[in-house]
Amino acid sequence: MANIKVDGKLVEVPDYFTLMQAAEAAGAEIPRFCYHERLSVAGNCRMCLVEVKGGPPKPQASCAMSVKDLRPGPDGSPPEMFTNTPMVKKAREGVMEFLLINHPLDCPICDQGGECDLQDQAMAYGVDTSRYAENKRAVEDKYMGPLVKTSMNRCIACTRCVRFTTEVAGVSEMGALGRGEDIEITTYLEQALTSELSGNIVDLCPVGALTSKPYAFAARPWELVKTESIDVMDALGSNIRVDSRGREVMRILPRVNDAVNEEWISDKTRHVWDGLKSQRLDRPYVRRNGKLTAASWDEAFAAVAGAIKASGMGNKVGAIAGDLSAVEDMYALKALMTALGSGMTDVRPPMSGIDPSMPRSAYLFNPTIAGIEDADAILIVGSNPRKEAPVLNARIRKTWRARGIPIGVIGDHADLTYAYDYLGDDLSVLAKVAVGEGFGATMKAAKKPLVIVGEGAVSHGAQWNKQIGRDVIALASRIATMGDIAEGWNGHALLHNAASRVGGIDIGFVPHNGGVCSADQVKLAGKDELSVLFLLGADEYDTSAMGKAFVVYVGTHGDAGAHRADVILPSAAYTEKSGTYVNTEGRVQVGERAVFPPGEAKEDWAIFRALSAVLGMPLPFNSLRDLRKAMYAEFPHLAQIDQIVPAGIEGVRDLAGREIKTTSAKLFSPIGDFYLTNPIARASAIMAECSQMQAGLKQAAE
Amino acid sequence: MLADQDRIFTNLYGQGDWRLAGARARGGWQGTKGFIENGRDWITNEVKGSGLRGRGGAGFPTALKWTFMPKVNDGRPHYLVINADESEPGTCKDREIMRHDPHHLVEGALLASRAMDAHVAIIYVRGEFIRERQHLEYAVQEAYDNRLIGKDNIHGWDFDIIVHHGAGAYICGEETALLESLEGKKGQPRLKPPFPAAMGVYGCPTTVNNVESIAVVPEILRRGGAWFAGIGRANNTGTKLMCVSGHVNKPATFEEAMGIPFDEMIEKHCGGIRGGWDNLLAVIPGGASVPCVPGEKIRHALMDFDGLKDAGSSLGTAAVIVMDKSTDIIKAIWRLSAFYKHESCGQCTPCREGTGWMMRVMERMVEGRAQKREIDMLFEVTKQVEGHTICALGDAAAWPIQGLIRNFRPVMEARIDQYTYNADADGAVPSIAAE
Repeated sequence: MANIKVDGKLVEVPDYFTLMQAAEAAGAEIPRFCYHERLSVAGNCRMCLVEVKGGPPKPQASCAMSVKDLRPGPDGSPPEMFTNTPMVKKAREGVMEFLLINHPLDCPICDQGGECDLQDQAMAYGVDTSRYAENKRAVEDKYMGPLVKTSMNRCIACTRCVRFTTEVAGVSEMGALGRGEDIEITTYLEQALTSELSGNIVDLCPVGALTSKPYAFAARPWELVKTESIDVMDALGSNIRVDSRGREVMRILPRVNDAVNEEWISDKTRHVWDGLKSQRLDRPYVRRNGKLTAASWDEAFAAVAGAIKASGMGNKVGAIAGDLSAVEDMYALKALMTALGSGMTDVRPPMSGIDPSMPRSAYLFNPTIAGIEDADAILIVGSNPRKEAPVLNARIRKTWRARGIPIGVIGDHADLTYAYDYLGDDLSVLAKVAVGEGFGATMKAAKKPLVIVGEGAVSHGAQWNKQIGRDVIALASRIATMGDIAEGWNGHALLHNAASRVGGIDIGFVPHNGGVCSADQVKLAGKDELSVLFLLGADEYDTSAMGKAFVVYVGTHGDAGAHRADVILPSAAYTEKSGTYVNTEGRVQVGERAVFPPGEAKEDWAIFRALSAVLGMPLPFNSLRDLRKAMYAEFPHLAQIDQIVPAGIEGVRDLAGREIKTTSAKLFSPIGDFYLTNPIARASAIMAECSQMQAGLKQAAE
Repeated sequence: MLADQDRIFTNLYGQGDWRLAGARARGGWQGTKGFIENGRDWITNEVKGSGLRGRGGAGFPTALKWTFMPKVNDGRPHYLVINADESEPGTCKDREIMRHDPHHLVEGALLASRAMDAHVAIIYVRGEFIRERQHLEYAVQEAYDNRLIGKDNIHGWDFDIIVHHGAGAYICGEETALLESLEGKKGQPRLKPPFPAAMGVYGCPTTVNNVESIAVVPEILRRGGAWFAGIGRANNTGTKLMCVSGHVNKPATFEEAMGIPFDEMIEKHCGGIRGGWDNLLAVIPGGASVPCVPGEKIRHALMDFDGLKDAGSSLGTAAVIVMDKSTDIIKAIWRLSAFYKHESCGQCTPCREGTGWMMRVMERMVEGRAQKREIDMLFEVTKQVEGHTICALGDAAAWPIQGLIRNFRPVMEARIDQYTYNADADGAVPSIAAE
């Protein structure tokens, strides 16, 4: 710890603190543009200049100088810094004037207006007029892909975007060309950024040089209602803020949560919002004479009730939950299924090796997402984290950059933005690692080994064998526990691909009472042994294989499931309901409703409650509050919002002892196209454009 | 006045053989082994005793800089980086050393490296220097061939020299930008601290010295620090290569004792001012980045660090640019502004934006197409750049203009008046934009 006087106020701060941090600790505000706490220090905007005593007699950049760089006074008194002296005021005014001389006066037509650092700081620290009478510099706009709109006249060359793409996103595609006044920030070849995190540079840009292309000229920040919510595009549960105007979601921004997404979100999370407006199911439909026709809720419910009653109920009725469902939705559906006497429920992908009998630690990302930074060796099995959870991948890269830890990959040989040992793509390689061979020695030596098991490695619809997934979990558990691991460390980490997964398994939305798994339900339906099948936003199944079963699709978009449906019950998307989501590490998070569902669509739990009344077996909750009360009573850990209830390592040790029956199987990531993984994304024009761009189908325009 | 036997660079004009044989004949590479054996502290103390101050412009005591290197090796190699990126307008001293006396530099590099426990020296040669690099590389190869340097050399200090060619950017002469460039990055100065002695090239302890500072070290050791200290006056000791260009009868680069009076220097080496002393308008005494001094103020000034400080300027690299009364002083300073605008790396705001602004206002000042109050504004702008930047280029861009305004304001105002007087031809003088 070190003592420092900030504007005469004595504070004690850790000695690695910068002057800026010390000033913040003392409550003194320091303006800045280039400094960002999650990026390296550039020190180039010069806005954070402060006066120091015991240092050079000129203003110092407080973001770059640390407290221990200052000398104490001759009598041993603590070093001093000032943020309010005439020297500092003059320095700030000077820098602000320089920043503005070549900055266009186009705030009225700039999308950054209202949330612009330059605007705000010019108000606070600038002077009212300009003395610059020469012509302003003109810079050509750059092409950066379908998500980032550029207006490079406004650029103040703070290099935040360059540092983000190189350091966090791991693509060296941006930089500064030229020098002096003629310096230009660009993607070197003016191609679209290939990062899944590129949208974050829009947030980072302190001025309007980089703005969101899809959101261009759509709204002003002060018109928007901001709602805190949780993202459902992947299993990470990124914290987001949904900005809406009237009934429309206008944009999605990240919220800071150091434990989950820091302050980044993926491009899919950020730009999927236009998918919420197209292909929407806004009223119930009933299939009549082979054709879906619009119907009233009463007609639709009557049709469903009729089919259920005709089926004889029990395990003749099945239910599959899709990737985006909230825990409440599944809880209500499960309650309905239980009332019908059916145990045919499943939230897992086809042929998943995650068995309901396994301990909770088998299917959680036990070390936690923030815990990745503590790992000292990482093995990635059957996963491409860059596509399955880009923000989590950035965390792995951060750890790799900070400490250069060894990383091994079994599965896809993809560009993950960090260096790794490619070990192979077969289960036999994993078995070798599990006995300490090759990379196994590294894992064994590690005090905090981390084994990331992708959903592709545990669910084997393609190879139609659940045992493979079970064996992968057992082998991964062995690797996670084979060394002399640190106290409290649990390195078994399952990386799910869907927001609904962990919550669904937690509440037992898995086969029970004679029920069968999702793939087998489809198979039974094909053989006419399952009469009614509920698809709760489940579109990732082969709908042509469902035979003559009466399919009830409860969902938001006219996707695969809706096309096959006999009755469509329109429900609310994730921005249109308050819902609980449990992310891959087991963190319970609640997203709030930003807008109302379109047309006649209703919240999912209310649909099942209403249906139960039509069936004459009303569910015991009349409001979301009642539902949650019952749910919390049954599953107390869901009441611990924003918390993780650790699953403990005993279960992992138990799994490690299980017998391995598979000798060989290909392990791979199931995600083909990052931009089109769910019904909302598939309805989004922006995502379609990104997807085409990525596939090389569309050349860069301009 | 420097006695002939006190000269260090005895082949400055390339009349003798610049290769190893010639260097040996002139006394080079003699006693080197003994100096190495005397050890690190002895070398540093001799140089300290000589009072040698860095010859790159800032005048920081060389031996003191060497002592900043870690005393105990923490496992990282130490590096000596020699700054041969001589690009300061008016300066042409290092190139003479590399062309005509390269063995001074090679031997100096070995000795200086011993003084900081470095086994590798990297010489960063300016991109435009072709012949200099050829000679330097030849000399380095000769030294390797004769086992003067290299592994298991006759001096008993394993030592390698790497000659690196820059790409021709002025900013790469700034020590940390030079290190960045050396690492293959964009030549942009680093933030300090950490200083190179703690974290230099490739994150290892590094000392960056000017060519001349290193090249004089062998002679200092051979003749003793006291000899060097005996030349010049206290705090401004030794000999110095000076380069006089501009309106003198015989522009020249020559070695002279520090503290020689300006007029004596001009008369002795340069054949006097063109048109006589009454025709002298102004002098930029230390390379383009120092303020200019009116003729009457510099005539009797002493050519050393303190002498020129008293005259309101600084010694810099001792590159003297003499301007007689035929010079358009405003245009001359504008040309320097254009140079700094062109060479600013663009990293930090005041320099990136300020150099262009200053140049444009200067452009109008040259014509007189300005308001008189803009002179004060220009002065303020230079003050807003000076001291607010990462490196010293911002200061360097500000000082010439400050010197101009301080010393030649009447000239600038007369130019503005003249333009106004002629206004009907060119239209009205623009007032400051209303933004």
